[in-house]
Amino acid sequence: MKDGKVIKVGMADLNVAENPDKLMTLGLGSCIGIVLYDSAVKVGGLAHIMLPDSTQIKNNSNLAKFADTAIDVLIKKMVEVGARQTRLVAKLAGGAQMFDFKQTSDEMRIGYRNEMAAREILKELGIPIVADDTGSNYGRTIELDTSTGILTVKTINHGLKEI
Amino acid sequence: MGDIKFNNLNEGHLDALSEVGNIGAGNANTALSQMLNKRIDMDVPSVKIADFDEVSGVLGGAENLIVGILVNVKGDINGMMIVAIEKSSAHKLVNMLMGQELNELDGYTQMDLSALCEIGNILASSYLSSLSAMTGLAMEPSIPHLAIDMAGAILSVPAIELGKVDDRVLLIKNEFLEGGESVMGNYILLPDPPSFNKILTSLGAAE
Repeated sequence: MKDGKVIKVGMADLNVAENPDKLMTLGLGSCIGIVLYDSAVKVGGLAHIMLPDSTQIKNNSNLAKFADTAIDVLIKKMVEVGARQTRLVAKLAGGAQMFDFKQTSDEMRIGYRNEMAAREILKELGIPIVADDTGSNYGRTIELDTSTGILTVKTINHGLKEI
Repeated sequence: MGDIKFNNLNEGHLDALSEVGNIGAGNANTALSQMLNKRIDMDVPSVKIADFDEVSGVLGGAENLIVGILVNVKGDINGMMIVAIEKSSAHKLVNMLMGQELNELDGYTQMDLSALCEIGNILASSYLSSLSAMTGLAMEPSIPHLAIDMAGAILSVPAIELGKVDDRVLLIKNEFLEGGESVMGNYILLPDPPSFNKILTSLGAAE
């Protein structure tokens, strides 16, 4: 069995991969890693989004930066390589609150707002969220293995898990 | 004034901003030097216009374990400031300040964490007050917040805040070094675009 290559996805970036390749994003903090997977064709997608809603921001040309636009683009790219939207499942990771801001206005709880936005959009699209590792106050590195659909979540002090 | 965008920042602007980093870091280093009673060296500052992916790598890679102390900056100048200390260095720093001999595997007590947070606070305040004196611009630091985690995760916080207005971030970074015990860290100032415009104008470098 050949090992796939690892494709890195940066902050405000997205990409798709096919079996046996892997998709990885390093050091997710308040950003969210949105993972989509079609097990029938073993096609995966990963978006590392920073903000919940492109319509609230004037400078919104970078589609991978926002939950709403990134999910749309990611689905289109996956469909281009053979995935079907009706077969997609989602996994979410990240959305931490890295610093304990005392004035926890909604404005500062960006990790939580990112997570809620991702959940809402996926729900509207009818894509089930089958696993998640979100919230709390620590960073995460995630890697999707497109041969299995397993998402590995690495942390500094909170262990390693497969979801 | 107020309309220097990332695309038309020139060498002269960057030089002026790097001088800002030198003044701020110099003053913070003096404070650190007095606290530790040791000499602190300073590296050449770097002023970077970074896209988001670069931002997460500026502290030794996105997964590098650091102690980060963050203050929000408000006033004439808005943005964030991070004092980042390598995890191994943070231990030595705590030991020097608290007079203890703990090794790297030992966890921090609440007292150690408070000490680290306060060091970050003092350094950030010293940095900002010298900058304020030089430019005549008000910049009020918030209370300090501490996190010990992957550098990329910590840097996502200013990246998101500044990401609301642009796809790039200006960061002024100075490394500090205490030779004997090899305590290593960085000051990073991230002003928003209107703020770096104000700084340049105040220095007569906006042309």
